[in-house]
Amino acid sequence: MTTALLIEQLLNGLQFGVMLFLMAAGLTLVFGVMGLINLAHGSLYMAGAFVCATVTGSTGSFWLGLGAGALAAAALGALVEIGVMRRLYGRGHLDQVLATFALILIFSEGTRMVFGAQPLWLDMPKSLSGHVSLPGGAVYPVFRLAIIGAGLAVAAGLYVLIQRTRLGMRIRAGESDREMIAALGVDIARLYTVVFALGAGLAGLAGAMIGALQSVEVGMGEPVLILAFVTIVIGGIGSIRGALVGALLVGMVDTMGRIFLPVLFGLFTDPASATSIGSALASMLIYLMMAAILAVRPKGLFPAHG
Amino acid sequence: MAEPGNAIPDSPRSGGSPLPPLGGGLGRGSVESWLNAALAVLLLAAPLAAIGLGEPYYANLASRVAILALAGVGLNLALGYGGMISFGHAAFFGIGGYVAGILAQGAFNAAPVISWPVEVMGSDSMVPIWLAAMAVSGVAAVAIGAISLRTSGVYFIMITLAFAQMIYYFAISWPAYGGEDGLSITVRNGFPGLDTYDPLSFFLICYGVLMLALALSWRIMGTRFGAALMCARMNPERLATVGIEPTPVKLAAFVISAMITGLAGALFADLNGFVSPSMLSWHTSGQIMIFVILGGVGRLFGPVAGAALYVLMEHVLGGLTVHWQLPLGLILLGVVLFARGGLVGMVAGGARHD
Amino acid sequence: MRTLLGGALIAAGLALSGAAQAEVKIGMITTLSGGGSHLGIDVRDGFTLALKQAGRTDVKLIVKDDARKPDLAKQIADEMIQRDKVDIMTGIIWSNLAMAVVPPTVRQGVFYLSPNAGPSALAGKGCHQNYFNVAWQNNDLHAAMGGYMKSAGLAKPFILAPNYPAGTDALTGFKSLFGEGVAGEIYTKLGQKDYAAEIAQIRASQADSVFFFLPGGMGIAFMKQYAGAGVELPVYGPAFSFDEVILGAVGDAALGVKNTSQWAYDLDNAANLAFVESFRAEYGRTPTLYASQGFDTANLILSALDTAQPSDADAFRAALEAAEFTSVRGAFRFGPNHHPIQNIYVREVVPGDGKPTNKLVGIAIENRQDAFAAECKM
Repeated sequence: MTTALLIEQLLNGLQFGVMLFLMAAGLTLVFGVMGLINLAHGSLYMAGAFVCATVTGSTGSFWLGLGAGALAAAALGALVEIGVMRRLYGRGHLDQVLATFALILIFSEGTRMVFGAQPLWLDMPKSLSGHVSLPGGAVYPVFRLAIIGAGLAVAAGLYVLIQRTRLGMRIRAGESDREMIAALGVDIARLYTVVFALGAGLAGLAGAMIGALQSVEVGMGEPVLILAFVTIVIGGIGSIRGALVGALLVGMVDTMGRIFLPVLFGLFTDPASATSIGSALASMLIYLMMAAILAVRPKGLFPAHG
Repeated sequence: MAEPGNAIPDSPRSGGSPLPPLGGGLGRGSVESWLNAALAVLLLAAPLAAIGLGEPYYANLASRVAILALAGVGLNLALGYGGMISFGHAAFFGIGGYVAGILAQGAFNAAPVISWPVEVMGSDSMVPIWLAAMAVSGVAAVAIGAISLRTSGVYFIMITLAFAQMIYYFAISWPAYGGEDGLSITVRNGFPGLDTYDPLSFFLICYGVLMLALALSWRIMGTRFGAALMCARMNPERLATVGIEPTPVKLAAFVISAMITGLAGALFADLNGFVSPSMLSWHTSGQIMIFVILGGVGRLFGPVAGAALYVLMEHVLGGLTVHWQLPLGLILLGVVLFARGGLVGMVAGGARHD
Repeated sequence: MRTLLGGALIAAGLALSGAAQAEVKIGMITTLSGGGSHLGIDVRDGFTLALKQAGRTDVKLIVKDDARKPDLAKQIADEMIQRDKVDIMTGIIWSNLAMAVVPPTVRQGVFYLSPNAGPSALAGKGCHQNYFNVAWQNNDLHAAMGGYMKSAGLAKPFILAPNYPAGTDALTGFKSLFGEGVAGEIYTKLGQKDYAAEIAQIRASQADSVFFFLPGGMGIAFMKQYAGAGVELPVYGPAFSFDEVILGAVGDAALGVKNTSQWAYDLDNAANLAFVESFRAEYGRTPTLYASQGFDTANLILSALDTAQPSDADAFRAALEAAEFTSVRGAFRFGPNHHPIQNIYVREVVPGDGKPTNKLVGIAIENRQDAFAAECKM
């Protein structure tokens, strides 16, 4: 285990964590402000990736595609909020889970009908497709560094938004007491749509960036969705800071676990078994961590209110 | 006032009989009873007709409906009556399936399934396998339920999901039982006196088990325990003031519900001759929820109606278009938003007021 | 009156003789969606092209998508055998699905011809008289590359493959002809899309080359990420990692890569040239090896149907074993375990028409018979 390898794997964990944060931030805002569990968040991630791939393919510019992807996801989010979510506020969690599960089915099949069942391939922009040397002898792809940078920038931007702007104040107030801010004259309906669209846009941004790195296909958002839920539960529902800490924790544990657990088991068994046991245990590790944290802090690490 | 042995007084409509009418709740009326009877008869008649017409394959399809309905009956007990939104019931479905698969393959290979601390041989007979599946699911449910029921609301949903995911990844990691590729069951398990390879016989076994589970569900809900369970869902504080702790009641219901779903998993493994980790995935948890919702939450025969509708759509719509999950999603969304009582609710009326 | 009766009898006789040739049903379960879909689509397209060119009316093909899910494939197989009563099954791409579907299928007396997946378990101890593999046995192409890399003087390759039966076959096959001394060996998750961790490990090892088996979308994701990562080691693999579709998506990053295959589209025989031309005309793209495998499978079935019907199992089996058909690979014959004995070629990725393409550059192994034939007790 050289320093360079360690640095590189740490950065990988960071990159994964940052991407999870983009998903988790939207999810935790929506739940914190609106009390809504949204399983269709993964579909918004997918929508951002598909729009980015299509726009990049036709215009040749990744940046246009990225912007289009995020905006399209935000617009789709707003539409979904107005059309479906409005009827679900105040309904029990069961209805929300099922309605958004239905939305997953609808979006997945709909996307398959429009784009076909084969994955789309999206190329990274040339300006970001090289690699850089880092201190410690590590070499790291520029695009992944860009993702880390973008994610941290979003985190900073969200902090400013939530803590320093009027909208942020309303959001914080809405998390504390929904009826009160309505009584104080804030247009709740519009606030909810804005918050939902913001979360959706972040998910779409994440989807577009990861789509360039991996591939764009139906169902790409689902593994990320589950981990995003685990992240916000660990971090504390409704808290952006919790989402960031939770996401980085999950990203690091998952990445490091996937690397070191197979190595550990490789000491006892053959490589194939070591990998399957090791990587599956790494996945289990995330859930074990969540259960442990909930045992000590039943509302997560940084619960939004009390 | 509460009488000894009968804490909740009978509703006037039920005429004071000790058991609730077949509507499954407290005085739901006779329309639902007729609907339930009709569903039971239809589910039996369809495969008989199919066999009469020389298409035994459809008996297998009916078995599939019966088994999925059974899984839903289990979940309905916890979710519908008990209000526990378990997003991890696939864990029990999969545990039942894997227990069945491992025991069956152990019998096929004539090797012990567990060697230490006690040697357990495999079995290729259905009833011992069912008992084992239910036992293991039950034990898992005690552990999962005890921890999960300390939380509530969205945390409960997430924690049940998390446990199911843990078991899912465990199943993938265990190479001895096929890992991600699943476990093939070479020979179908036997039932005394019947040829289980015969589609009709296998269906009758599944149907019989389903009817037994429905009867059990109905009986449970008619007891003091059932009433306490419903009260635990609607108003736990109130239940506590009557002197009954809600958590042990919910846990017991959770365990029974898990055992029924585990039994369904064992039958499912036998039907397909194959067990795969996908039985443990959250998609499967979602699907079982779909059966319950489509049919009607908290309705006795709700899961039967829901499973039948789902499988019907899968086959009829699936034969027309490969994108059949889109109309399924639309129907599900419609049911959640507008038809809250599900299929049974639409026909028999009487939405729940909670 | 008599002429009318006679005419009626003749008409009836003609009608009956037309109906006497029973329809043969072929069930194809293949992967048409998700990351591995272009494999199944090519197999299906090659197969249907052959059926179309033969112009036969007595063969009915049913195609269903398995979405790379073993339980779904098993369900579809049960449906095809019990409800549709197919005589022949084919199509499965992935070896884990094959392991779930093939054994129960052949045990029920249905013929299974694999146009792709060739797990070692079914070539050796698990072989069955109703199971034929028209493509290759999993280990073959990887073994060929192992031998090629050894003779090219590469001493410390880093090898990786997905963790499923074909992946384990791949690395076992590679090591069988390469020998000891790999710099590192990793099994990734089937369907994995992010290879950052694996690429970091390759960089940190002392390897002099990389051999990877990552078919379909996995290969594209890996090559794209590898290209941007700055690990300048030469890359090798089987044709599965470098088929025409992967090359189209990866682009120039793949130039110079060598890969082994039992077929190349520039193989110089009449049948192959006709196949490639007609495939391009029909579908507007260059066929991959999967398409050639589907094409050969269909032609093998049709050639056997000329001699016998599946209802006469022994005769049909003998006809299949004889393999009297024109393969795009040139001469084609089966070994005793129903797997082909064939040449394995080396191809190199060179610039092509708008995107890189494969060019045949040599032979890696002549008349390769799979390593498991001796274990088959048929």
